[in-house]
Amino acid sequence: MLELALHPAFILFVGAVLIALTRPSLRPLPLLLTPIVALWAIWRLPDDMLLSIRFLGYDIELLQVSAERRLFATAFAITSFVGGLYGMRQARSYELSACYAYAAGAVGVSFAGDLLAMYLCWEAMVIFSTIVIWCGGTDAARRAGLRYALMQVIGGVILKIGIEAVSVQTGSFDIRPLDMGTAAAWIVLVGVLIKAAAPPVSAWLADAYPEASPFGSVFLTALTTKTAVLALILLFPGAQVLLLVGLSMVLYGIIYALLENDIRRILAYAIINQVGFMLCAVGIGTELALNGAAAFAFGHIISLTLLMMSAGAVLQQTGMRKASDLGGLYRAMPMTTLCAIIGALAISAFPLTSGYISHAMIYQAAAEQQLAWVWYLLLAGSAGVVLLVLKFVWQVFLQPQASFPPASGQRPADPPRNMQAAMILYALASIVLGCFPSLLYGVLPYPTTHQAYAGANLVGQLQLLLFAVLAFVVMLPAIKRSQTITLDLDWVYRVALIWLARKLAGTWQTLLKPLKWLWRRKHIRLQRIGSLLLPTGALARTSPTGSMTLWVTVILVLVVVLAQ
Amino acid sequence: MKPDDPINEPPNDQSASWLSRPGMRRRLRIGFGVLLALSVLAQLLVQREPHFGIDGWFGFHAFVGFIVAVAVLLLSRLLGLILSRPDDYYEPAPAPEERKDA
Repeated sequence: MLELALHPAFILFVGAVLIALTRPSLRPLPLLLTPIVALWAIWRLPDDMLLSIRFLGYDIELLQVSAERRLFATAFAITSFVGGLYGMRQARSYELSACYAYAAGAVGVSFAGDLLAMYLCWEAMVIFSTIVIWCGGTDAARRAGLRYALMQVIGGVILKIGIEAVSVQTGSFDIRPLDMGTAAAWIVLVGVLIKAAAPPVSAWLADAYPEASPFGSVFLTALTTKTAVLALILLFPGAQVLLLVGLSMVLYGIIYALLENDIRRILAYAIINQVGFMLCAVGIGTELALNGAAAFAFGHIISLTLLMMSAGAVLQQTGMRKASDLGGLYRAMPMTTLCAIIGALAISAFPLTSGYISHAMIYQAAAEQQLAWVWYLLLAGSAGVVLLVLKFVWQVFLQPQASFPPASGQRPADPPRNMQAAMILYALASIVLGCFPSLLYGVLPYPTTHQAYAGANLVGQLQLLLFAVLAFVVMLPAIKRSQTITLDLDWVYRVALIWLARKLAGTWQTLLKPLKWLWRRKHIRLQRIGSLLLPTGALARTSPTGSMTLWVTVILVLVVVLAQ
Repeated sequence: MKPDDPINEPPNDQSASWLSRPGMRRRLRIGFGVLLALSVLAQLLVQREPHFGIDGWFGFHAFVGFIVAVAVLLLSRLLGLILSRPDDYYEPAPAPEERKDA
């Protein structure tokens, strides 16, 4: 029982409850302490530990420990700490509470010992993340939250069907690499990929995340898609289809981000792009590649959350969310700018940042497997990512903007100290990991001797990045800010299906017309039939039952008497 | 690094920071050019074992970085022509988007 109480997810969940209950003056206590306690709990768990409870006749394994699970759970717990610090004074208590419960779900998925436990935590995440989006507080947030929940529930149902099918085929709910020759595995894969925002349903992510508050979007950035990546590492290492899906996400993310105007939506597309790299690594499936995927996820959580925090700070301080309204903020918000630049360098895998040390692993893994086309496309993807983050940093912080900051009114300033502290923490983490890769390499799932800073890798990566920057500078006149959105496949359920439903409803009304006319004509006769069926009607009388009982009794008596 | 932008020239105020000081852009541009040249020349110093042949060519990564970035930018412009819509496309009468603060 004690072991259950020390489950890291349980600790975070208790923290979520405490945050909701404590007074504002005491709130920083549970907010900052629970992630630390959870981290302690994560690291005290020995490898290969199992913990199961009996529930509804099933043995549910709530806890299974392995290196990759611990790594992801650590990233989620650290992000809770940083996200909690970031929103400590500004976010509402119920929002922070929902964020922590959401993080508890993610940690629960990380440690889930079987598919049932994973599914339960998966659904808990859906509930709390939807609440987090609704905490955005606007009408748009309410609608986007509903669309988000709908997509997640569909993904959850598909996953559940797949899990049942797997258990029928194999007789167990164990989490282990699934056999891609079975339909059950494919159903599970689809369920997980929906959560990973893989095409063709990537739109839910870019639709929902920018509608959350600046504080909620920090948690959203770090958690949902990365739990899906962990599930893929555990269930589908080496599934070739992930190569295709991953590469298409890399390209999709870049193109859509370059067309986007909402600053947090640019970053939402960056998430999809980065998850694409991770999927590719899982698809390659060797030990080096899986190490790369885990390291990439860890570094990505830090650097993309950092970028999202900088965008949130801009939104919080200026109230503006469109790149076309912003610009030149580097003078007014120097600390935010610096953090955003560090985040951008890390995302584009610049040497000495957390992004660099994992990118090289994935290239190396692709090369070792002789996957030439994957290697070339990953390289191309890395060049594209530079454009994506450069666009964000350039348009928000550096590009001079005549109308912003407005001459009248207050000049925006860097955000309050706790928000700055959260950003600085993650900026430092990005650089420290980049400078000392062994910190991360030591906790990866498989032992590695990878040399991140081998001369050839370093020079190649620098050339790639610097010349992509050159292309950006040369093409700058073509990168315009326009007040547009870009159509995505969510158009199907936001426009086409609604139009179709209205059309069908119209047709139905037309079909009903003659029936209604008939009803009016025969109204009187129908009423007469109705009077038979009503409680007072002949058919509803209780007398037949009474008389039948009487006759049955009589016959019974006769039978008994005559049988003597 | 930052080319002159005649349309969006920064307002000429006295509090301008280091980035918009006169001559800064030229210096940045020269610095960036030197950096580019160094990154290519550094390839002479390292031993590279190409994985697939052509990736061992001199300046291969520089070439890929530049060409891919230009191609992706052009592709996105092209797709933008087809797929872009005004940003009130889904919600024609936008509600005031201000967030209710805590």
